[in-house]
Amino acid sequence: MQFTKLLAVSAMALTVASPALAENVLRWTSQGDALTMDPHSQNEGPTIAMNGQIYESLVTRDADLNLQPELAESWEAGPDGWTFKLRQGVKFHDGSEFNAEDVAFSFERAKHEASDYKEQAKNVTSVEIIDDYTVKLTTDGPNPILPNQLTSIYMMDKGWSEANNVVAPQDFKAKEETYAVRNANGTGPFTLVSRAPDELTVLARNGDWWGEGMFPGNIDKIEYRPITNAATRVAALLSGEVDFVLDPPLQDVKRIEGSDGLGVKTVAQIRSIFFGMDQGVDKLRSSNVDGNPFKDVRVREAFNLAIDKDAIQRVVMEGLSFPTGMITPPGVLGNTPENDPAYAYDPERAKALLAEAGYPEGFSIQLDCPNNRYNNDEKICQAAVAMLARVGVEVNLDAIPKAQHFPKIQKRESDFYMLGWGVPTLDSHYVFSYLLDGEGSWNATGYNNALVNETTDAITTEIDIAKRTQMIEDAWTQIKADMPYVPIHHQVLAWGISDKVDIPISADDAFRPRFAVMK
Amino acid sequence: MTRWERFKDNDIVWSFLSSPGAMIAAAITVISILACLFAPLIAPFDPFDPSQISLWDGKLPPAWSDGGQPQYLLGTDNQGRDMLSTILYGGRLSILVGLAAVCLGMVLGVTLGVISGYVGGVTDAVIMRIADVQLTIPGILLAILINGVGRAFLPLELRQEFAVYVVIIAIGLTDWPQFARVARGATMVEANKEYVQAARIIGLPAWLIMIRHVLPNTLRPVLVIATIGLALAIIAEATLSFLGQGIPPTTPSLGTLIRVGNEYLFSGLWWITFFPAIALVVLVFAVNLLGDWMRDALNPKLR
Repeated sequence: MQFTKLLAVSAMALTVASPALAENVLRWTSQGDALTMDPHSQNEGPTIAMNGQIYESLVTRDADLNLQPELAESWEAGPDGWTFKLRQGVKFHDGSEFNAEDVAFSFERAKHEASDYKEQAKNVTSVEIIDDYTVKLTTDGPNPILPNQLTSIYMMDKGWSEANNVVAPQDFKAKEETYAVRNANGTGPFTLVSRAPDELTVLARNGDWWGEGMFPGNIDKIEYRPITNAATRVAALLSGEVDFVLDPPLQDVKRIEGSDGLGVKTVAQIRSIFFGMDQGVDKLRSSNVDGNPFKDVRVREAFNLAIDKDAIQRVVMEGLSFPTGMITPPGVLGNTPENDPAYAYDPERAKALLAEAGYPEGFSIQLDCPNNRYNNDEKICQAAVAMLARVGVEVNLDAIPKAQHFPKIQKRESDFYMLGWGVPTLDSHYVFSYLLDGEGSWNATGYNNALVNETTDAITTEIDIAKRTQMIEDAWTQIKADMPYVPIHHQVLAWGISDKVDIPISADDAFRPRFAVMK
Repeated sequence: MTRWERFKDNDIVWSFLSSPGAMIAAAITVISILACLFAPLIAPFDPFDPSQISLWDGKLPPAWSDGGQPQYLLGTDNQGRDMLSTILYGGRLSILVGLAAVCLGMVLGVTLGVISGYVGGVTDAVIMRIADVQLTIPGILLAILINGVGRAFLPLELRQEFAVYVVIIAIGLTDWPQFARVARGATMVEANKEYVQAARIIGLPAWLIMIRHVLPNTLRPVLVIATIGLALAIIAEATLSFLGQGIPPTTPSLGTLIRVGNEYLFSGLWWITFFPAIALVVLVFAVNLLGDWMRDALNPKLR
């Protein structure tokens, strides 16, 4: 009796004490680790998301992808640039003050030769320090969308970088190792506690963060443990070993939904998946016919009609995709209900078009496909092989890891390839300049259309929004008719989350712990 | 005595006919090998012909369960391929790889073993030490290593085409010490017998003695090792493929099928991995039993 009383008392003491004692630890996983902690070294989704918990940019996006002030409190456009008022009293994790000098330094660093953010940072020709908390970012002519282009350019401390000899970004391609690769000093809501690449990264809440109390998040500690194998990742979630899986395999989504204490959140992702066809070369490298069939728009149309987008959606993607006729999703300025619907599935017409173009017996070609980048990427390619076989095109599939696949596209060495494209700026300019402009660095299709090229240039300086939007939509209509790509679908994100925590899902696939609430 | 009776009186045949286990094992082995070899004639579909596959038929359960379709007896995989046909074609690949790998290991091992046993001295010491060193490394690790190096040497576009040959070589090179040891032991026994000495005295060259007189008398134990080795080679191929190091999924072997199906275990599509796994287990078990029986039957001391 005495003993039970004692127990009851101590139990009560525990409950009373627990809010102060208990730490909210969030353990989560996904298939790959951030490549580096250096915020200017690699422009890659998971790396940006991980660094975004430690470092901050002038302007950021919330979970619904609306622009929000972060290190800048307000901004306004001028004829030759934008003026940003900086947030005052912000401190880096090592205690030093954040001011205009750090902004100038960070842009300089992001424009460095080794930086992977050169393309975004070069929109800013120079940074003028007006006073400690005001900077003017000068641009080449008026730039209507500059704030959209700054959301992943993170601010570093000038003093810390100089003291640790990391004034230049890590040269990732040369496998350089610098202090900033495993150490981080940002202004963000979390500090880096320990880092073992591909094993475990531990972050702790930054009590001195400027946003303390302004956001709902109550996470004290984050443990990130990447797990490569998809089934193991799901098993970790089912067994309670982790609270959150960013990328469960689509076929297991129903199983996770049906499990007690677990849930799945889905959202249409800002990423489209498509095939590119090289119409630029005179002779295809991997085909049994002379010349280049892709030069004929009828062949490109036949490919579009031969792929059964609905079957891919239902069987390969378990319903988690939106079949489309564009290579950029709703949510990005330029996607319209007129152009978004997918090309019809019509194998008979495809065969007829091939015959008209002079290939009644079809031809053979190699399809280059990544096998570790997009949702079910290799399986989509396998399905496409079977569908194209039905209209007489014999496709040899070469599915390889992304590290070998992407250079092939950037060097323009592929006849027929799969690619996916996300749009961090939510503006078609990002898509035109990389994928459709004749000189776009990811445009391996050889598509070179005067109207599209002109539009790409013109929309960088057109400030009349209605006129600019019309120009973009006209270009898309032209592209829809020219069919340089075979659009497949827009991806749908599915996050597997334990009921113990509430995490708002974001269409850019980035985990934002400042909004995550442990129950 | 009729011919049949004389045949029945043969030791080995008698032992076979009086061992039901061996008969069942042999029957299963022969049936599976025939089924796989004649897969193009038996299988209802050709899973390697993409124009016969419809994605809409993907992930169908076996014919007897809800939602199954009669033409797909064992269901379909994630690409809409008929499981039964895929298993037959896949089994064919597994058996062919197994046989080829064992042949490679046998030729290499027996050659080195006979030379080692007959010549002796330094040659013997060098060959057998290499074999000893190799035996200390787990076979599958070595196969992964050889397989990895082999792939790295091939240009990217040839990798898929030559994946099968690389796997055969990897398993074959892993197998040879077993054969070498057995062949060497048998050779040493034979080498001191009178008929070999006689052959030597009349001046036959060593290679001729080895091939014509010694080799045939070492083959009994080698045959036993080869049968058990076949089962092990099939398992090794399945392991490599399961680890994603072997046969590519476009022309799957049993191991590749099990790996692909494994991704769908959590989502309830059990048949994609279950049936290939059962096929593999039955095949390997039968071959193994046959090997066991053969070892007993061919070993005079155990009779």
